[in-house]
Amino acid sequence: MDAVRDSTSAHLAGYESFARQLGNQPEHVVNLRKSGLDRFCDLGFPTTRQEAWRKTNVRRIAQGTFDRTTGVEGVDRARVEPFAVPGCTELVLVGGRRAEALERSAATLPEGAVVSSLAEAIESHPEVIEAHLGRYAPIDEHPFAALNQAWLEDGAFVYIPRGVVVEAPIHVMLIGHQPGEAPSVCYPRNLIVAEENSQVTVIETYAGHTGQHYFTCPVTEIAAAQNAIVDHYKLQEESTDAFHMAMQKSHQARSSYVFSHSLSHGGALVRNDIRAMLAGEGIECTLNGLYLGRGTQHVDHHMFVDHAFPNCHSYELYKGVLEEHARAVFNGTIHVHQDAQKTDAKQSNRNLLLSKNAMVSSNPQLIIFADDVRCTHGSTTGHLEDEAIFYLRSRGISEEAAKSLLTYAFAAEVLQEIRLDAIRTGFEEFLFTRLPKGDVVRQAV
Amino acid sequence: MSTSTETLERFANREYEFGFVTDIEQETIPPGLDENTVRLISAKKNEPEWMLEWRLKAFQVWKEMSEPTWAMVKYTPVDYQAITYYAAPKSDDDRPKSLDEVDPELLATYEKLGIPLREQEMLAGVAVDAVFDSVSVATTFKGKLAELGIIFCSMSEAIQEHPELVKQYLGSVVPRRDNFFAALNAAVFSDGSFVYIPKGVRCPMELSTYFRINAMNTGQFERTLIVADEGSYVSYLEGCTAPMRDENQLHAAVVELVALDDAQIKYSTVQNWYPGDKNGKGGIYNFVTKRGLCAGHRSKISWTQVETGSAITWKYPSCILKGDGSVGEFYSVALTNNHQQADTGTKMIHVGRDTSSTIVSKGISAGVGQNTYRGEVKILASAENARNFSQCDSMLLGDRCGAHTFPYIDVQSPTARMEHEATTSKIGEDQIFYCNSRGIETEDAVSMIVNGFCKEVFRELPMEFAVEAQKLLEVSLEGSVG
Repeated sequence: MDAVRDSTSAHLAGYESFARQLGNQPEHVVNLRKSGLDRFCDLGFPTTRQEAWRKTNVRRIAQGTFDRTTGVEGVDRARVEPFAVPGCTELVLVGGRRAEALERSAATLPEGAVVSSLAEAIESHPEVIEAHLGRYAPIDEHPFAALNQAWLEDGAFVYIPRGVVVEAPIHVMLIGHQPGEAPSVCYPRNLIVAEENSQVTVIETYAGHTGQHYFTCPVTEIAAAQNAIVDHYKLQEESTDAFHMAMQKSHQARSSYVFSHSLSHGGALVRNDIRAMLAGEGIECTLNGLYLGRGTQHVDHHMFVDHAFPNCHSYELYKGVLEEHARAVFNGTIHVHQDAQKTDAKQSNRNLLLSKNAMVSSNPQLIIFADDVRCTHGSTTGHLEDEAIFYLRSRGISEEAAKSLLTYAFAAEVLQEIRLDAIRTGFEEFLFTRLPKGDVVRQAV
Repeated sequence: MSTSTETLERFANREYEFGFVTDIEQETIPPGLDENTVRLISAKKNEPEWMLEWRLKAFQVWKEMSEPTWAMVKYTPVDYQAITYYAAPKSDDDRPKSLDEVDPELLATYEKLGIPLREQEMLAGVAVDAVFDSVSVATTFKGKLAELGIIFCSMSEAIQEHPELVKQYLGSVVPRRDNFFAALNAAVFSDGSFVYIPKGVRCPMELSTYFRINAMNTGQFERTLIVADEGSYVSYLEGCTAPMRDENQLHAAVVELVALDDAQIKYSTVQNWYPGDKNGKGGIYNFVTKRGLCAGHRSKISWTQVETGSAITWKYPSCILKGDGSVGEFYSVALTNNHQQADTGTKMIHVGRDTSSTIVSKGISAGVGQNTYRGEVKILASAENARNFSQCDSMLLGDRCGAHTFPYIDVQSPTARMEHEATTSKIGEDQIFYCNSRGIETEDAVSMIVNGFCKEVFRELPMEFAVEAQKLLEVSLEGSVG
């Protein structure tokens, strides 16, 4: 028990002066921080004895010491450039702080739309902050979301007013950064608000450079009002020595449409909690993802789709490719409330194991309280088919190239659903360089 | 819609068919559980010292354990000190030598249950080891089985006559500290069945035990152990009904199966215990641990269950596929109506190479019943070329019931192939309409569709059970179109 308390307090070092410094912020924000702190102190770090954390051991985070990053020094555009996506409005945060000097925006925003740091928004848009910030992300059972909320200070803020359609994607780049010797930590808090009849595409990129030790603990809240359309992409390309514990919660109103993609291949220990609340009729929600693991990477996705109203559709497709000693965890729950009749919910999780020591735990779950529904889930785990490899070899393709081709084909099912060309081709290109015979695959497709 | 609601109500209001109490004087010990209770049970059964020690160790373990809370069931907590842990029909000391000597009232009970022992002996060719409350009363067909070297007797008898086999296998699949209810069972188990099939013998008939809970406030703690030696085959049937009751009764059985090289065990259950009345009052708490060990190469264990009774069902018949090329199967139909709650499923642990497992689970919920499938498929790194197929379908009949699916899948071997699929749906109005248009009444149509939904499981049942299972479903569900 003492060990737990010690690890909890180590992650709250310097908290008092931090909170005091921000004490003059609006009451709502101050209270959020306080509730986050209280909750985190109650929960402590999770252990593998807790159901939701059974397969993901966070000891390395709990027992680690992390310096909170405060500055953006030592980072220039060259460090950011590799992660840039062409044609976007950019927002760059280094170690959780906005680095405006590093931003290169290709488009101008329509009138009324706001892309800024959360710290700026707390000043400039207190009413939006009051109405949305902290209203959706659940901290009750999630220690890392609570911890994020305790340290709530900065992050990305995207606000699209009623009826505004933003054509150019908004690219939020969160660059992990370890300025000193000790591993560093940042707690980005992102808020995306799309009002009635608005439309926006937001890309969140979490990236860092090889060899950097840091811990990113982000929370993203997405509020889609009636008829709003939000395309959301999360690219997780953290340093392979980094820890990433993220919570994403979208809250949808009637007839809204949220389309979310998570592409994850970085980080040593990664956990993504992706939750969607379908709080109105006629909602459509798509949550797709692709995770790649190699080395000793551990990647965990916990999905929760909450069908609270009738006539909603949700689709989930998560695929994983695991090599070497990588481990993946997938836990997906579809919860259909008693009155959510005519729900159509589909979830599937497929895993490809490419080596002897790779491991997968998949727990798809259905909790259904309504009768007139169509809910399905499927989960498969397997390896590349010998017959398929044999066929390709019989057509003169080397075994290595055949495996690369088949692996690409497996991943492509998720990629082809991506509507933003730049993201799709960008990730395809990444796959070509990652696969052993990627050039053969590139030629083939 | 109106027709179906009427039929639904008619069936929902139907009284429990097998609800009656037989008045037989019982020899019971006072309620409560401590070390002395364990000693008393053991003494009553004239058990040897090693058996008493085994029980006492289990009791020590149990005291340290707490009741599991992870299952998706809600119930008023069981007061373990208010339960009577031993009840035996009075004529325990001089057991009847043949059926003619059996208490006629007892025989009448079986008649009502539809298991006339004599008729069965003559016509059906089924050997019945009938457990009336806690002590085996009559065992038939023993002679015939003995010729083949098959041992089919009560557990108490086995402890006396075949101690070496019992010592070797008892607790080898479900250890004492396996879980709270298994530990409790190990400490206080009353009786049960013991089966041993010798090498290369194919058991010529379906072995069967009918359990029946009878004495007021008596928990039943059966312990069943089936050992199939190399190259043997056995099919075992377990079925049960219980009289109507107002207080919840605890049932914590343990079933252990061991299959050696090339052996096959087929274990079928029809569970139709008292589910409580339509307001959720009463009913049996059914907390069962069932596990089979495919110890030998190419061995096979198959579980088939039709669960329609009990207020609470907590049951996960599992297979440990240790031998290379061994096969595990689980076929289940679980039905919850009114306030029934079921949390059931299976575990398939793949250890050996080329092992394969199949899971087919059909859950049906009606009324305000909650039906949960909870299962685990674990493919260890040693299980090369392991194969699993799981299908978990749920059907909802009524808008106040729930169907939940919690499969846990762990794959540590890249050569494994694992597929899991689950669906939740209701009977389509178009399906009913089609049947209606062909002149089939709504209630028959529902019956047909539900039976079709469960067909994959029913066809795994032995003939004796298949009919009963269909009848049970019809009684509980027909016409429940939401």
